[in-house]
Amino acid sequence: MSSVTLFGLCGAALVGLGLFGLIVQPGVLRKILAFNLLGSGVLLLFGVIARRGGGVVAGNGSDPVAQALIITALVVAFAATVLAVALLRRLVQETGRDSLDSDG
Amino acid sequence: MDSLATLASATWGGPLLVLALMLPVAALMLAFVLGGRHAERVVLATLPIGLGVAVAIAAAIIHQGAALHYDLGGWAPPLGVSLHADGLSATLLLTTAVVLCAVGLYARADFRVPPGVSEARAPLAFWTLLLAVWAGLNAVFLGQDLFNLYVALELLTFAAVPLVCLSGSPQTIAAALRYLLFALMGSVLYLLGGALFYGAYGTLDIPMLSARLASGDPIAPAALAAAALMTAGLLAKTALFPLHLWLPPAHAGAPAAGSAVLSALVVKASFFLILRLWFDVMPASLTHLAAQVLAALGAAAILFGGVLALRQARLKMLIAYSTLAQIGYLFLVFPLVANPAAAPILDLGQTPGAWTGGVLQLVSHAFAKAAMFMAAGLIAGALGHDQLRGLGGIGRVLPMTVFAFALAGLSLMGLPPSGGFASKWLLLSASIETGQWWWTLVMLAGGLLTGAYLFRVLAPALSTRGPPLTLVKPVERSRELVVLGLALCSVVLGLVPFSSFGLVQIGRLGATGIGLP
Repeated sequence: MSSVTLFGLCGAALVGLGLFGLIVQPGVLRKILAFNLLGSGVLLLFGVIARRGGGVVAGNGSDPVAQALIITALVVAFAATVLAVALLRRLVQETGRDSLDSDG
Repeated sequence: MDSLATLASATWGGPLLVLALMLPVAALMLAFVLGGRHAERVVLATLPIGLGVAVAIAAAIIHQGAALHYDLGGWAPPLGVSLHADGLSATLLLTTAVVLCAVGLYARADFRVPPGVSEARAPLAFWTLLLAVWAGLNAVFLGQDLFNLYVALELLTFAAVPLVCLSGSPQTIAAALRYLLFALMGSVLYLLGGALFYGAYGTLDIPMLSARLASGDPIAPAALAAAALMTAGLLAKTALFPLHLWLPPAHAGAPAAGSAVLSALVVKASFFLILRLWFDVMPASLTHLAAQVLAALGAAAILFGGVLALRQARLKMLIAYSTLAQIGYLFLVFPLVANPAAAPILDLGQTPGAWTGGVLQLVSHAFAKAAMFMAAGLIAGALGHDQLRGLGGIGRVLPMTVFAFALAGLSLMGLPPSGGFASKWLLLSASIETGQWWWTLVMLAGGLLTGAYLFRVLAPALSTRGPPLTLVKPVERSRELVVLGLALCSVVLGLVPFSSFGLVQIGRLGATGIGLP
């Protein structure tokens, strides 16, 4: 098994786990963590694509554009996590519970 | 694309696009640094300038008859990022600017820094977030690169989510969190689609991607998977049935000015990207099946949203569910534009009426829904609650507000003369012309449901029986006028002859013509 296939499968597994967690887990903190798993999986796939995709620069072996996109997406995902955690902290302070189920 | 026209537009129209992007961002930073009472002044000074820029962009596009284009820093794609405004973008920029101007004027009374304090949390947050939403919307409407659009969409989400929970109550925080989680799932799916596109075609620039997709015949499975993932993600952000669960509590929980922005504009940004994806990136792949599935979800949203709106006890919740139904109409555009029966019209170099109808629905709903939420805000502020049961006789106390609400309702129902009527008429006639009568039934049923739930509001509001209402707070005449102005905008759209809607078709020729196998 080549490293590309291995990392591709890892990415797919992370996406699956993350999606499952995001939908099934009742706790918001777990949902946020699942979102991070999902995001990491997508970025790993992006990295795999950078290694073998259409934009590979000859001789270099990897595509710098995709890496730049990954770094930007990481920053965005980090900001999203911070916003979600801040909202969750406030929710717990106000109500003492950390799930969204009881009101929906 | 005519290279001469592109060259000409790059020389004098292009920098306007940069201005449309920079203005809200610069104002945002200025408002944040100055803080206090200055934030409001900065916003109110910037909004008219932004409206002017939007008008200038639309005028430049009409004048040149071609889309505006600008390569940032002189770097051409694929390495550089370019801005692009066709007629659709210009229409949406203009709608955004008009609605935001009205919201800014309306919100002054709600988000005033109280006397004796130099700065308060809610006003500063609201005014800066309003600018941030504006920046995000403009970035979405001008983006030309799928990854850039992802970042723009995220900026918009991060600005829109805190608007939901400005009041800080536990219910609104829960609504904001649910909105954020849905939006994050949507954006990750969008990003995954982008990664697949990049892997298969090596570019994310829309025209280059479109050209490479068109040359690679038949469509690769990767492209279809990518488009499906992106669409699913964007549907979650647009709150199309069945991914709508977050919308009603979020839109009803926000302060009235915030609800107006969220319902009128923010959900339209992700819909705009769905249009871009299917009509610009991969027009050849918009198959009959894909279009029918999207429209079926839209039809379900129309009926489901209408029925649920009938059952609400609170005015703002009713309006939020009405948004759900009205979003459904937008998705009927897909089978009506990309239909074999429309092909002869396309050959003449014209986009079919369904396209104009869809865009008109987008614009008239934006005006009508913003007016409705702001009217509901005035009613709730004056009564101290927004329970439908307590609305009896409000028409006698706040005649202008209720009149504006009714005018906006006219447009949502699709009764003449209104923008909603023009758009629904175009969509109806397109569905009959293309032989897809089942969408006609859905639209008519949706109109009846809309009429029914608006009757639930207007019948008690206009009744003359019962004791006169006592207002807990007087309503300022200027705010009523703003709401009325916006409602009139949605009506006036229906009085303008169709031929003057040429703007929404500029830059689309050829793009929609390929939509058929």
